[in-house]
Amino acid sequence: MRHLAKAHEKGNGMKNAKVGLLAALSLMLAGAAYAAPDQEQIERGHKVYDKWCFPCHGTGVGKPGTDSLVARGQKPAVLEERTDLTVPAIKTFVRHGVLFMPMFRKTEVSDADLDAIAAYLTRNNKP
Amino acid sequence: MKVPPGVSASDFAEAIKQFEEAVGKEWVFTSDEDVAMYRDAYSPFMGEPDELVASAAVAPDGVEQVQKVVRIANHYKIPIYPVSTGKNLGYGGSAPVLSGSVVLDLKRMNRILEVNERNAFALVEPGVSYFDLYRYIQEKGLKLWVDVPDPGWGSPIGNALDRGGGYLMPQYRNHFDSHCGMEVVLANGEVLRTGMGALPGAQTWQQYKSGFGPWIDGMFSQSNFGVVTKMGFWLMPEPDAYLSGTVVVPRHDDLIPLVRILTYLEDTRVTNGMPDLGSPLLGIPMLSDFVARFDQGSTPFERPQGPELPAMIAKAGGEASPELDEYAQRKGIGYWSCKLSFYGAAKANAANWEFAKEKFSAIPGVKFEEGESYKFPLTPEQREKVHKPQFGIPSLAMFSIGARSAMNPEPASGHMWFSPIIPRTGEAIFETNRVFAQAAKEFGLPFLNFNLPSTYWERAFIFIFAFPVLRDVEANKKNRESFKKLIKVAADHGWGEYRTPPAFQDAIMNTYSFNNHALLHFHETIKDAIDPNGILSAGRYGIWPKHVREAKS
Repeated sequence: MRHLAKAHEKGNGMKNAKVGLLAALSLMLAGAAYAAPDQEQIERGHKVYDKWCFPCHGTGVGKPGTDSLVARGQKPAVLEERTDLTVPAIKTFVRHGVLFMPMFRKTEVSDADLDAIAAYLTRNNKP
Repeated sequence: MKVPPGVSASDFAEAIKQFEEAVGKEWVFTSDEDVAMYRDAYSPFMGEPDELVASAAVAPDGVEQVQKVVRIANHYKIPIYPVSTGKNLGYGGSAPVLSGSVVLDLKRMNRILEVNERNAFALVEPGVSYFDLYRYIQEKGLKLWVDVPDPGWGSPIGNALDRGGGYLMPQYRNHFDSHCGMEVVLANGEVLRTGMGALPGAQTWQQYKSGFGPWIDGMFSQSNFGVVTKMGFWLMPEPDAYLSGTVVVPRHDDLIPLVRILTYLEDTRVTNGMPDLGSPLLGIPMLSDFVARFDQGSTPFERPQGPELPAMIAKAGGEASPELDEYAQRKGIGYWSCKLSFYGAAKANAANWEFAKEKFSAIPGVKFEEGESYKFPLTPEQREKVHKPQFGIPSLAMFSIGARSAMNPEPASGHMWFSPIIPRTGEAIFETNRVFAQAAKEFGLPFLNFNLPSTYWERAFIFIFAFPVLRDVEANKKNRESFKKLIKVAADHGWGEYRTPPAFQDAIMNTYSFNNHALLHFHETIKDAIDPNGILSAGRYGIWPKHVREAKS
């Protein structure tokens, strides 16, 4: 476990789902419409976020999701502090995963819970 | 909609209809979008036609619904693939071994049925995660610890059945060994309970493991003989205190007495946490330092600075080198280190550490570093600082190894572990490094100068070598081939893997071939007897049902 083999990393790169996903998400981040979520939904979203997202994307030591976004130069790197996330982007990340982050099934995060997470993470977006 | 192999479209449609009646339409997933969420996120076949995928998924909410689903599947001979939380990334995730199987998603069965503080056990369903169980115990204020894997998502049942491990005292660290009692749904829909659970009204299902007669629990781990719907686990009572101390030895060959003395101290329970090996000289961090170093923004593989050192290390190639020994001693840098952990009464921990120091003092030049000393509960500051799984706290921090970071700006998409069990001796560590370094050279794999084994198990080591899963089909193909070659190299030397992704389960099972594959034949005999239609997890850990074996031959 002490090291990852780096063999055969070179190549033209596969046009796989995750590469396409990143491109699609860039567009979503840029141009989705804004809709103000309600407070009850936001509170529910906060609870669901704490359960499912915080262990990787939260603040504090040992949060590889946050660390990964720091390494990418994302500011702020903590998702809860962002004001530019869009509902479609959040849903795409959760349902499809990206790089080391796997997808989450409906038996884990239901559609209703995902709506609530999206409401929570977009609560501070400017109209 | 994909149809399972060997099943007619009309039978599948009828089975789906009956699944919907059994669990509710909402919990049967057949759309491409929903079924795609059951892919293995770390599949080494990503982007290839051979990727293992489901045809549909069914998510029951209780054992009665599991029975109904299994009976329907058995009637229509539909292959089903149970997953608990489907989070054993690197070992297959929630994707079936037989492509086209219907995933039996047990995540909704997420009840913590009992946590008994006085006798330190829990009884849980498959969908309960380590985080769920930990949070439940914290909310109730119970003085119990859960031995968690690292990273700590996934479920106690799934991890135990896959035979994962953790960090605490030896009787908890091996997660399958720490279970006590199971409830299992068989392929015909019948429910059985193992151990004392077979006694109606038993008061000791989670207190005495083996019950009466043959103890069959092992048959349901790394296998496909039943659907485990409940499982008991022994939990660790919160100890009075924790103490750690590190032993540092100066020469290459000191690894042999270091491991010999360590093993004695573990086998006599003088030290009772997972020991943690490292090499300050070679820049191999101890596991517990790994994540902390990432968080500090430094590489976990940091070596002591010295312009001449890299060339000396490369020249030695893992072998004993008077030059390196002299360098280490002159600079006062340890060649090897081992952190010992002690859980127990504070006074006993201190006495045990003193005794350990006495024993290790047989190695000339040994040094000792005092480590952490805690009482419980940890303060918030201590909690942030520690390697959480060593204190029964689930964490995802270990994902830092593969995720994007300053030292890894272009991360892989996943990983797969090559992990043979090797003898617990210093000599074996040297030999495995020699053999795998040679093999890596031959197969064109990079191999750092030395690889220290993982120390989860009491009586053996695990030599772990991680392959990345990349966004490159050709590279993944080559890595799979290399993985298979390493399996053969290991087997030729008497080392067998303890666990593996579906891509290699057949290859590894085939290495356990004593007396013309007598063990596999035994597995197949059982499979054919208790699952004659071969509906449960076909192919899991190399056990295929009769009709698939016949088709293959």
